[in-house]
Amino acid sequence: MANTYTLIASNTLSTTAASVTFSSIPSTYTDLVLRMSARNDRAVTNGTLNLTINNLSTSIYSWTFLQGNGSAASSNRNSATTFLSDIPLVGSSATSNTFSSIEIYLPSYLASQNKPVGIFGVNETNATAIEMKANAGLIQSTAAIDRIDISNTSTFQFVSGSSFFLYGIKNS
Amino acid sequence: MEKVIVDCSTGEQTVLPLTAEEIAELEAAAVAAAEAQAAEQAAAQAKADAKASAEAKLAALGLTADEIAALN
Repeated sequence: MANTYTLIASNTLSTTAASVTFSSIPSTYTDLVLRMSARNDRAVTNGTLNLTINNLSTSIYSWTFLQGNGSAASSNRNSATTFLSDIPLVGSSATSNTFSSIEIYLPSYLASQNKPVGIFGVNETNATAIEMKANAGLIQSTAAIDRIDISNTSTFQFVSGSSFFLYGIKNS
Repeated sequence: MEKVIVDCSTGEQTVLPLTAEEIAELEAAAVAAAEAQAAEQAAAQAKADAKASAEAKLAALGLTADEIAALN
């Protein structure tokens, strides 16, 4: 059971950005937690953001997700992709100034084994057809994680006010 | 377009413009992801269609719905 929860680094965007990178992540924790409040400029209500580790863009990412919006639910699996996706992100069609709330949990990020990833996110808009999504991911890399990139699909951008917080957790 | 890099060892935050190569990579990745997702969805649909076809053939042979369900 984790008994520490330490902010490693954070960033709140003062302008748009295509991606946010946390580099030189210290190897002094047991788990990592990335919390985000984000929105992008894509003309959709329910979009997605992408994640990679260690600047790796080979086919090592897979995930299974469950999603629901109050009227429909679905599940799907994606494998051997070059980034981890299906992470909820509201776009410009959502009510103004609403953001997604997302938590990404990376346990045992230093262990010499493939890296599981737990993701839970909800979108926010003052209207119907908004979604929540739970996502179980796996990154087939045994290297310790020292870098995390959060990016948009294609050339869309995170809007100003989006914020990103990386925490370290120790088990002792 | 810009990218933000936060160096966790120093706290330094750097904003850099995306290179043309990086933009091209983003666009290519989006296309590849869409294609992969479409392929997986097509495979899942084909599997569901085959299952429905098999169940229809079993029903035509006289198996009850409970008997077909017991085979799953």
